[in-house]
This record gives sequence, C-alpha cells and structure tokens, in this order.
Amino acid sequence: MTKSKVKKMLFVLSKATIENVYAAFIMANGARMEGIEAEIFFTFFGLEAVQKKKLNKLHVATVGNPAMHIPTMVGGLPGMEAIASKMMKKEMDKLDIPPVDEFLEILSDSGVKLWACKLAVDMFHLEEKELIDDLDGILTIGDFYNQADQDGCQLLYI
Amino acid sequence: MTTTISGTEINVTEDGYLTDFSQWTPEIAKELAKNEEIELTDRHWEIIKWIQDRVNAGEALSIRGIKKSGVLDIKEFYALFPGGPLKLSTKIAGVPKPKSCI
Repeated sequence: MTKSKVKKMLFVLSKATIENVYAAFIMANGARMEGIEAEIFFTFFGLEAVQKKKLNKLHVATVGNPAMHIPTMVGGLPGMEAIASKMMKKEMDKLDIPPVDEFLEILSDSGVKLWACKLAVDMFHLEEKELIDDLDGILTIGDFYNQADQDGCQLLYI
Repeated sequence: MTTTISGTEINVTEDGYLTDFSQWTPEIAKELAKNEEIELTDRHWEIIKWIQDRVNAGEALSIRGIKKSGVLDIKEFYALFPGGPLKLSTKIAGVPKPKSCI
C-alpha cells in the first residue's frame, strides 16, 4: 500500500478532446503506478472516450485554443482538426503513449475503475452495448459521491 | 549515500534504489522486498531476473511494455508487487527507478 496521504484519485472527465482524455488517463495510470487508487467518471462529452465507435477517433481542439498558434478562422477550416490530431497522435506514438483503446485496457488491468455518468448516458441515448466492455458500471451522481467517501480521496474535474 | 542491508554496505539513492548493480545479491533483494511487505516467491524471482536482463540490455521499462512483454500481464504485475509494481520491482531488482510516466 502507498504511504502517501493521497489514497484515491477520482477524475471526472467531461471533454473528449485528445489533450483532456490523455490528461485523465496519464494521471489515473500514474496514480496506480504510485500505489494510489484511481477511478474515472466519464460524463458529457467525456463519454466519447468510452464509446466503442468513437474512442479511437478523438480530436484535438483547433478552434478556441490559442496554444495551437493558428488563427481561429484557419482552425475552423474543414480537415484542420484531423490534420492537427494526426500530428499529435504521431508525436505521442514516438513517446510510446498508447492509443485510446489500448490505454483503456491498461487502465482497467491496472485496477482503475471506469464509470459512465447515468444522466449523460441517458441524454445521449446510449446503450450499454455501445460502451466499452471494460466499463465498471453506470453511476448516478449519488453513487459517484459514495465512491469518493473516504479519507485521502481527491477529486479532479477535467 | 550508503546503507547497510543484510550485513553488507551498499550505495543507494535517496529513494533507496541501488546505484551499483554489482552490489546486488538475492539476500539484499529479500531484505528490500521485506521492507515493502512483499514475500518473494519463485514467480517474483523470475520477474526480477527478467527485469534485470531488460534493464541491463538498455531497455526502458514501462507499464505499456509489461503489457506487450508476453512474460506477464499488467494484472499479475500489480498482484505480485502491490502498491506500485514498476517502482517496487525495480527497487528489489537493484536497477534504477524507471523514469517513464506511462
């Protein structure tokens, strides 16, 4: 067991852009590597990261993202997101960062609990079969707080 | 810095990782494992040997690499070294702490 004061990290992932999804995944995996429990609650657009058909097609945001260093108008042109996303995935591959599907397997095997938000699942009219098999369940916000109810638990909204 | 483990003086980092692999012995491994509340089984020794071979061959260890290794899977790795398998297994194996974030 970890000697750290942080016993559990609970991540709420509400976005489906590559940079947000990877931030949650890397921090959750990193927590497990340090002996800290980790769980991810996928809500709203974050649910795309656990939808079988969508999870490997996530994009980086090219509009409204000043760090892309391209004019917003250009970022909005057709195909720009795809190009930027492809470039980013290539760079990540060089660093041996796994694609989303493989990363989800690693997280699940490492003991990271993966939860879908019930309200968001209902709102997007999703069925359980559309979500990854490694999902640990669909939770209400009340269930989610139960998961957080212990000493040394930290919550992070991404 | 130096520390004494099972009667032998060894060089270690602040986190307790051996800085000189030639000082590693199975007795030291047992003692290091005990400090982490791990009892070494035959399977642990197999993995320790495999880790030493990989690292001494210049390979960087990562959790993703474990998944691809074909030697053990991630679940078994966490079961053998609970509380941070990459960190603990490398410490017990007497090799440097991995720098990987994955």
